[in-house]
Amino acid sequence: MIVELGHFALILALAVALVQGIVPMVGAHRRDPALMEVARTAALAQFMLIALSFGSLMYAHATSDFSVANVVANSHSSKPMLYKLAGTWGNHEGSMLLWVLILTIFGAAVAAFGVNLPQALRARVLAVQSWIAIAFYLFIILTSNPFARMIPAPLDGAGLNPLLQDPGLAFHPPFLYLGYVGFSMAFSFAIAALIEGRVDAAWARWVRPWTLAAWMFLTVGITLGSWWAYYELGWGGWWFWDPVENASLMPWLAGTALLHSASVVEKRDALKGWTIFLAIVTFGLSLLGTFLVRSGVLTSVHAFAVDPARGVFILGLLVVIIGGSLALFAWRGPSLRGGGLFQPVSREGALLLNNLLLATAAASVLLGTLYPLMLEAVCGDKVSVGPPFFNSVFIPLMAPLVAAMAVGPLLAWKRADLAAALSRLWLAALCTLAAILTVWLVHGLRDLVGIVGMAMAAWLFTGTLSELAARARLFTVPLGESARRLANLPRATWGMSLAHAGLAVAIAGMTGAGVWKQESVQLMTPGQTLSFASYEITLDAVRPVAGPNYEATRAAFTLGRDGRKLATMAPEKRFYPVEGRQTTEAAIRTTVSGDVYLVIGDRQGDGGYVTRFYFNPLVAWIWAGAALMVAGGLLSLSDRRHRVGAPARKAARGAAGVTPVGTAGARS
Amino acid sequence: MKPRHRRLTFVVIGLGLLGVAAALILSAFQESIVFFHSPTELTEHTNLADRRLRIGGLVEEGSVDKNGATVTFRITDLANTVSVAYTGILPDLFREGQGVVAEGHMKSGVFVADQVLAKHDETYMPPEVADALKKSGRWQHMRESMEQAGQIPRGAAR
Repeated sequence: MIVELGHFALILALAVALVQGIVPMVGAHRRDPALMEVARTAALAQFMLIALSFGSLMYAHATSDFSVANVVANSHSSKPMLYKLAGTWGNHEGSMLLWVLILTIFGAAVAAFGVNLPQALRARVLAVQSWIAIAFYLFIILTSNPFARMIPAPLDGAGLNPLLQDPGLAFHPPFLYLGYVGFSMAFSFAIAALIEGRVDAAWARWVRPWTLAAWMFLTVGITLGSWWAYYELGWGGWWFWDPVENASLMPWLAGTALLHSASVVEKRDALKGWTIFLAIVTFGLSLLGTFLVRSGVLTSVHAFAVDPARGVFILGLLVVIIGGSLALFAWRGPSLRGGGLFQPVSREGALLLNNLLLATAAASVLLGTLYPLMLEAVCGDKVSVGPPFFNSVFIPLMAPLVAAMAVGPLLAWKRADLAAALSRLWLAALCTLAAILTVWLVHGLRDLVGIVGMAMAAWLFTGTLSELAARARLFTVPLGESARRLANLPRATWGMSLAHAGLAVAIAGMTGAGVWKQESVQLMTPGQTLSFASYEITLDAVRPVAGPNYEATRAAFTLGRDGRKLATMAPEKRFYPVEGRQTTEAAIRTTVSGDVYLVIGDRQGDGGYVTRFYFNPLVAWIWAGAALMVAGGLLSLSDRRHRVGAPARKAARGAAGVTPVGTAGARS
Repeated sequence: MKPRHRRLTFVVIGLGLLGVAAALILSAFQESIVFFHSPTELTEHTNLADRRLRIGGLVEEGSVDKNGATVTFRITDLANTVSVAYTGILPDLFREGQGVVAEGHMKSGVFVADQVLAKHDETYMPPEVADALKKSGRWQHMRESMEQAGQIPRGAAR
């Protein structure tokens, strides 16, 4: 009964979405407040209906209702409760339902908290959101119904892929989707602005918090996914340039560019057309990501069972949404007159350079990801494009970006003095030189990438600190005065510095883990000791253990250094009888300087075991850097300017509020 | 600077960047593209030594030999087979009779793999493997047996 209710609510949501997609648009065109107001009510109604629908699917998973095909295929009564709940979105149908749930959450947030958006803009934004929702409701109802019954009901389910039974992955999809779908807000704002023919500072100020929120969620989602791949797959790596990973990186790159160009629109009324274009592209790349993951057209380590009918449907959707919005952009875009002019050397110029580099990087990742598809369609050759390609293209594009990142915030808007900005970075330059020399002395010249990476990290980190110091006039005014200045800096400024510093920390981590990784594979018998990276590793014993829904072979290793015992480590090889699968559970010992990562393999004929050791330097820095970036985003999002300081639109049509509010956090 | 000159500056910078990116991409493509071959194609082309390759097919039943740190097995497209040697820990889903993709190079008739990919999901067949089987004319046969075993849904990819 509850399941039918969920199905019914989903269909009802489609009906509401049709109304929300048409009526407010007509209302905005005729300037009829009553019709425009429909958008808010409908958006809230859609959210409640989808929440009900999602809740009922979750209920079916939680209670292991094996008359529902989705539960049968993805759950088992012996599974721990957390994974029963996470199983709701750990499969195709459920994850698409999560997708629309998040879409309606964003729509409802605009309806509830966007009270001071001009009514016409809000009506149009919500109508565009609803068009996206209609497409996805149709997709779910026609090709992937999560509520399909299975009669007669089997006694138990097939279980969830054991690799997915992991806390990191339980929360990875929701965050990733919050990011992907969050960019739909920027997209809807862009389309609404194109229809309205109006992009100004106020528009940018309303868009930015949504973009920032989506960017933060995507950052969290990518990091969780990477972290999961690192400790769960047992391959000792954290990024494989896999199509599915690239699919999440591309919207991140474009979204980062969008975040920066929107600030130019807000502050200087320039780069309008480009910002609109980026908003369309960012959401387009999010959709492309969904398509790549769901259609299985590319061989990926992350690929799951797929159904071509779905792929074709999403591809069609992609063509309509991206094609349609780009056509609208081509038609209405030229009417957006650019405002403020600026010199190449200026804050705007630096942000434009950032945008060009990020867009080029996103385009090259796109090319590398889709090239195998294109080549196969054209010549029929099957190829794969692997990490060497991405490393040799991506790193040279990122190096100038990072170099400019330290300088950009020191430049003034409109026209700046490059020499003066650089002269403030003398300390950063000194630190960078020191970093280069240190790496050189320790590792020699052969790891050029290592030297460049560490130099970039040092330059960006110290450059960011220098910028804060310059703002505080550190050492030119008394310390107390500097502290007061720092305390009075807007939170958005702190947020930016934190995020930039976070990237610096992450770059250091990526460089360390990428360049100075050590690895060894060998056959070991219990009692044997081997020395590896500055450690001695002893395999003490291997014995079977039983888990809640698996059986494991657990090895006991002793990790020591210079005869001193540091830790015992216990990697496992698990077997899940329900699913008939094995998984590898690596044992990881994390320190600031690096991770020791041990994997136990199969028992060989002569009683030995294959073991694999990794030493991954500075991996923890990657996660710490990502956390700093997200913290920076949060801090910036909490800035009062984003909430109450936005200027009322000059001569705004309709009922513009006195204190426009743009963020979801405004009333909370 | 006049506005027109300014805009020109940005256009030139943008085009320059695109040029650099294109050059990087082209040179990287030359070095790092890996071609995929089925076991049948490998037996037909013998001049593939020294090139990095991907091969794919099914792990032949009874061919896996785990002795020492190096595992050997044979990959088949049900028409021809290739012997593979791999040093390391096989992926969790590696199993006889299952689809697998290996990356490495040919060395005196044996494919020395440095990477073996099996999938997260056992109902999934790598597209290359499916194509290799289609080329060898055994796909229909394979598909039916997989459907019977419940490994792929009925009526899926043809």
